[in-house]
Amino acid sequence: MESTIIIEKSVIIIAVFALTMLMAMYSTLAERKIAAWLQDRVGPNRAGKGGILQPLADGLKLFSKEEFLPNTPNKFLFVIGPAISMSMALITSAVIPWGDKLHLFGRDIILQATDIDVAMLFIFGVLSVSVYGIMIGGWASNNKFSLMSAMRAGSQMISYEVAMGLAIIALVMMSGTLSLREIAAQQSGMNWNIFYQPLGFLIFLVCSFAETNRTPFDLAECEAELIGGYHTEYSSMKMGFYLFAEYASMFISSTILAVLYFGAYNYPGMDWAVENWGVNIANVIGMVVLFAKICFFIFFYMWIRWTIPRFRYDQLMNLGWKMLIPLAIVNIVITGAVILLFQ
Amino acid sequence: MSLDTVSLSGRKKEVSNKKMTFWESLYLVAIAKGLVITIRHLFKRKVTIKYPEQKREFSPVYRGQHMLMRDDEGRERCTACGLCALSCPAEAITMKAEERKPEEKHLYREEKYASIYEINMLRCIFCGLCEEACPKQAIYLTKSKVIVKSNSNREDFIYGKDKLVMPLEMAIQNTNQNKAS
Repeated sequence: MESTIIIEKSVIIIAVFALTMLMAMYSTLAERKIAAWLQDRVGPNRAGKGGILQPLADGLKLFSKEEFLPNTPNKFLFVIGPAISMSMALITSAVIPWGDKLHLFGRDIILQATDIDVAMLFIFGVLSVSVYGIMIGGWASNNKFSLMSAMRAGSQMISYEVAMGLAIIALVMMSGTLSLREIAAQQSGMNWNIFYQPLGFLIFLVCSFAETNRTPFDLAECEAELIGGYHTEYSSMKMGFYLFAEYASMFISSTILAVLYFGAYNYPGMDWAVENWGVNIANVIGMVVLFAKICFFIFFYMWIRWTIPRFRYDQLMNLGWKMLIPLAIVNIVITGAVILLFQ
Repeated sequence: MSLDTVSLSGRKKEVSNKKMTFWESLYLVAIAKGLVITIRHLFKRKVTIKYPEQKREFSPVYRGQHMLMRDDEGRERCTACGLCALSCPAEAITMKAEERKPEEKHLYREEKYASIYEINMLRCIFCGLCEEACPKQAIYLTKSKVIVKSNSNREDFIYGKDKLVMPLEMAIQNTNQNKAS
């Protein structure tokens, strides 16, 4: 392999990693601010101007906490739990197209860590593994509340993965590819998939709430019943990793939503911009546009969180198995029929 | 008419426990309504008062930190009779009396004055009974318009005369105002 490719890819990987971390960090501040605004409060505003240093203060506080290990025979699993959660949240960002391409130093630079043609399968694989972070953490805590929370999270994620997969199948039938890069490229202009797959988008959205363990599906952290849920026994930065992983995976699933259904980096008039302003400027705008879409979805996650109360467990299972899965199947049938008609 | 159907307030609503239809059980319409309500709050004016920078305006009868008053000539009114300490239900007030010397006539109004006057702000319940008991109108809770500040040291909550007596500038200002009117 050429050394230039290695340099190029490592720069992209480091940039994406830093970006994810930064976004996750400031999502915590955004969450607190938006929660405050939606409740007619001001929110944290003491650390730095308008509370801009609050995430650093939170991190410092978590770092200086006592590192506590419960009396459990599974010390290795106890440590590996948050690590799995965190790495699985980050690993998905490898296949996401952050932009089309830049033309720098006489060569085209593709703005993606790796363009594998089964990116969608890869994402689903990683999502399935990420349930182990919570399961192992809850199991190794040697605490019945943690274990119950882990079981809830596990069954919830597995059941919503089914509906999510079915929603994606309709999209794949339409686009005819599993590569995120091609799906993004097909949505050029205003050909966003949301206009062709509104039902699929809705199902995918609801399921992504469940997959990231966010309200209204945060039964795993139900304080009233389960204390802190699967991270009851965790302290210091291991606890911080779990919380951080939630925000990182929120960022990643916002990105996936934007890429799959909201046209990724495409914006109306992109072709015109490429012709008149050059590839680089057009694609930088594209990256900013993708970023704006991601920020909207992150805001939407928080907006939902401070609007809807938590589901009861039977309501959760009813919604997943009796509503979303039949709807997703209907969506597949309709998509198939329409594709046949227009062939 | 049975009692169940009577509505005195006119706001009685029948609770229906009917089974939800398929679309209702997706909660989509209900969630959309909720989202509209919360987003409206995002743009509302916040009522929070950012305390150390902004201060709420006190009502004229707000009872804050005590103030030992001076008269029009700037002399302390307190004569250390001890009625405030006696009336205090929380036993927050202590004092030590001393006789006024001839050269101190411009400092103290009466022949006896309080050389030490201390209020323990941790004990004080700001009821204002000291104010009512005082025969010389020497102690007021409503004049200072100051909240007793928080502190991490218990000793610092015992306020002496240095914090309680009305500042001279304020006494001068009051005298000038009284002369003008």
